[in-house]
Amino acid sequence: MRSDRNQKTPLGLKIAAGLGLIFLHAPILLIFVYAFTTEEKSYQWPPPGLTTQWFAVTWNRPDVWEALSLSVRVAAISTAIAVVLGTLCAAAVSRSKFFGRETVSLLVILPIALPGIITGIALRSAFALTDIPFSFWTIILGHATFCVVVVYNNAVARFRRTSGSMIEASMDLGADGFQTFRYVVLPNIATALLAGGMLAFALSFDEVIVTTFTAGQQQTLPIWMLEELIRPRQRPVTNVVAMVVVLVTLLPILLAYYLTRDGDQIAGSGK
Amino acid sequence: MSTAANQYRAAPAILPAASGIRGVLSDAFWRKPKLLLFLMLLPPVLWLGVVYIGSLFALLLQSFFSIDEYSGLIKREFTLKTYGDLLQAANLDIILRTVTMAAAVTLASIVVAFPIAYYAARYARGRWKALFYLAVMLPLWSSYLVKVYAWKLILAKEGILTWLFSKLNLLWLLDGWLSLPIVGGNSLSVSFTGTFIVFVYVWLPFMILPMQAALERVPGNLIEASSDLGASPRQTFWNVLLPLALPGIVAGSIFTFSLTLGDYIIPQIIGTSRLFIGQAVYSQQGTAGNIPLAAAFAVVPIVIMGLYLWMAKRMGAFDAL
Amino acid sequence: MTSAVSFQKVSRHFGTVRAVDAVDLDIVPGEFFAMLGPSGSGKTTCLRLIAGFEQPTAGSISIFGERAEGVPPYRRNVNTVFQDYALFPHLNILDNVAYGLMVKGVGKAERHKAAEDALALVRLPGYGERRPGQLSGGQRQRVALARALVNQPKVLLLDEPLGALDLKLRENMQEELKSLQKALGITFIFVTHDQGEALSMADRVAVFNDGKIMQVGTPQDIYERPATRFVADFVGSSNVLPPDFVQRYSGQRRWGSLRPEAIRVGKATRGDGVSARLVSANYLGATTRLALDADGLRLHAVVPAGTKLPEEGEALVLTFNRDQLHLMDEPA
Repeated sequence: MRSDRNQKTPLGLKIAAGLGLIFLHAPILLIFVYAFTTEEKSYQWPPPGLTTQWFAVTWNRPDVWEALSLSVRVAAISTAIAVVLGTLCAAAVSRSKFFGRETVSLLVILPIALPGIITGIALRSAFALTDIPFSFWTIILGHATFCVVVVYNNAVARFRRTSGSMIEASMDLGADGFQTFRYVVLPNIATALLAGGMLAFALSFDEVIVTTFTAGQQQTLPIWMLEELIRPRQRPVTNVVAMVVVLVTLLPILLAYYLTRDGDQIAGSGK
Repeated sequence: MSTAANQYRAAPAILPAASGIRGVLSDAFWRKPKLLLFLMLLPPVLWLGVVYIGSLFALLLQSFFSIDEYSGLIKREFTLKTYGDLLQAANLDIILRTVTMAAAVTLASIVVAFPIAYYAARYARGRWKALFYLAVMLPLWSSYLVKVYAWKLILAKEGILTWLFSKLNLLWLLDGWLSLPIVGGNSLSVSFTGTFIVFVYVWLPFMILPMQAALERVPGNLIEASSDLGASPRQTFWNVLLPLALPGIVAGSIFTFSLTLGDYIIPQIIGTSRLFIGQAVYSQQGTAGNIPLAAAFAVVPIVIMGLYLWMAKRMGAFDAL
Repeated sequence: MTSAVSFQKVSRHFGTVRAVDAVDLDIVPGEFFAMLGPSGSGKTTCLRLIAGFEQPTAGSISIFGERAEGVPPYRRNVNTVFQDYALFPHLNILDNVAYGLMVKGVGKAERHKAAEDALALVRLPGYGERRPGQLSGGQRQRVALARALVNQPKVLLLDEPLGALDLKLRENMQEELKSLQKALGITFIFVTHDQGEALSMADRVAVFNDGKIMQVGTPQDIYERPATRFVADFVGSSNVLPPDFVQRYSGQRRWGSLRPEAIRVGKATRGDGVSARLVSANYLGATTRLALDADGLRLHAVVPAGTKLPEEGEALVLTFNRDQLHLMDEPA
């Protein structure tokens, strides 16, 4: 690893890696071009002309706003729940060794380790068995469950970096448990929690598979988009929404990266 | 510090307990750390245990119920009839198709991911390394639906890919491929080839990250030692690099395999009308209202992933997660 | 007079491991006390018992006459300088030092003034605005000291405080700690595995092994009159002499010890004494250390530099004054 200084990167590898990155990014960039196309009925390339009129059209669509508002509310509440549960769990797991510790971390990871459709149909089965009607809160139930893990991963990584003797030092200097939490623990994990919260928000904001099983008639923004993909009504509006969604999710992810860049990684496998 | 010194002599060695609820609680938590641990674990374990594990049990339970064919109501009695239905030829076809696709997607992801992971692990430095990391993270976290949608635009008959092929005078190649059985179709967006490409695209970052993590742990001098001993780059790759990167590859493949098994949106939007497991689950619980059969279908990926994880664990893949 | 810290039959067991085993100990107010021992000998656990991070499984601890079992660390007027310093990375140096006063509710101006004074005391005036990450190891060590001292503790605990510093800095800090302790009159309890450090700094030393105290005494006691083979071996480079050997010279069948510098080395032809052969010679600058073989017993002797050295393998005779031979308490 550290011994490649005098070695030149093989050209073939460079090209293959470059092509791979283009493969990863070009499709997303393409969305940006399509948001400006004048073509309404097909996905014609190259676009016959460019226009910004679809932004105005989208702005005036109440269904888009409703879906957006629902998504934001769901993401906000799910994130809040996930931050509380994920932090508690991370604190317990990283502060002490207890019987069943492995089981607890498995329990947290399971909702994303298993495919979303399992989580979805499992919740759906449970709602059917217990006669719980679909509502705003059934969506939250699902989202909070799989969001816990991203907060947990970030918090655990930070706890691991936070020296245990700092807590002892605080108590030694006369701070009781609450003061130690308020003045030492919280300031040290705050950015990790913020990062985890943002990732949880992005995860919830974007989620579609579990949501289709728990939402009933309500439309979150991803469900609205899915609907448009299956039965397109006004394609350019979908293009604009897609572009906005990319930009909106980009921000929290970049911020989360910035907040945790020295030391712990954003748990990529946390999605 | 003379006044301070006087104060010092008067100060007690043991301070009295703080009054009020805070003092009492703080001392209690300190004396019984188990109590605090219990209180911290209670909410998350309760939530995940009841909501998630409870739901998984509900799923399992439902799969042992059956649907009354006349009334369409669910009979809440234990039966293996639903699993019998699952084993019908049409359903087995669905399972086989999904597993084949998952395997193909996993293999392709390994091939595409390797150069990126290898470059990032061994050649990228400093700013470039951070940039590479972001370049993999951003698509990973970008909206799943938007990514699928982007490919609908790309693969459409009038889309950019057809345009590219015609500009390169290679349309004959595209048409030739599309005329093949099974992988072909009217256009890429309604063929298994299209489904396959989109799967690879969407899950690729999940392969790159663990693979890179594993490759970063391969000591560089090991590779140099191999070439010093006269191994050709090909031999070094097969005999040194690949075995050492294997745990990362297996870890990545858990994601690509599991995610492909459970997805129902990609084949629904880009692909043929032939179903995958996810679509079967979705349509059984939705339009058909047959939750027991949907549940039984959902048990299939759980069982397959269980086997897969068991094998991966034996290969030591979890160290790379 | 009440002891600063008093242990009565204190044990701390972790499962089957007896980290501290029925220890009795009395530390005098105002003294500089060292706990010396190899790692895992129980010295750090003792320190943590005083600080309140550990609770005794049996026995009782009192601090200035007050019972300390079941009292959390934050209610003990005892402060610790941690081995890794444990400075708070999110606070600047001034707020680090003022932390103890802050949680006690001392107002901002007053506690910052006190923190400035404490920083001046450890010769770091004006460093308040910096972050812990911007300081060197030695400076961090001083901040940790100031952070503890600002609370005017009844007892200051130091856990291997000099372990992470390089040799030169360590020597400076030793002197400084010593004079600081003299000036403040606070009881210092100091944990170390370095016998040189313990002997040069402490008023009294307790030597730990296997969760027990082997010997408590002044550095001279420990060095010159070790109570057990372990102390003789661990504290210095004393020659440990088996009971048979000791009986020949003192008439008592006990284990004994003999300082290397007490041994005189002569040619084989002259007078009576212990006959031995030279195995090797180690040049140490001011002295030369000789490894000798006396009929299967390995002995060390130290001779001043410039002495004419015998050849390797040469037959020698060793002599010493009988009163230099120290008889240990340990039974044969």
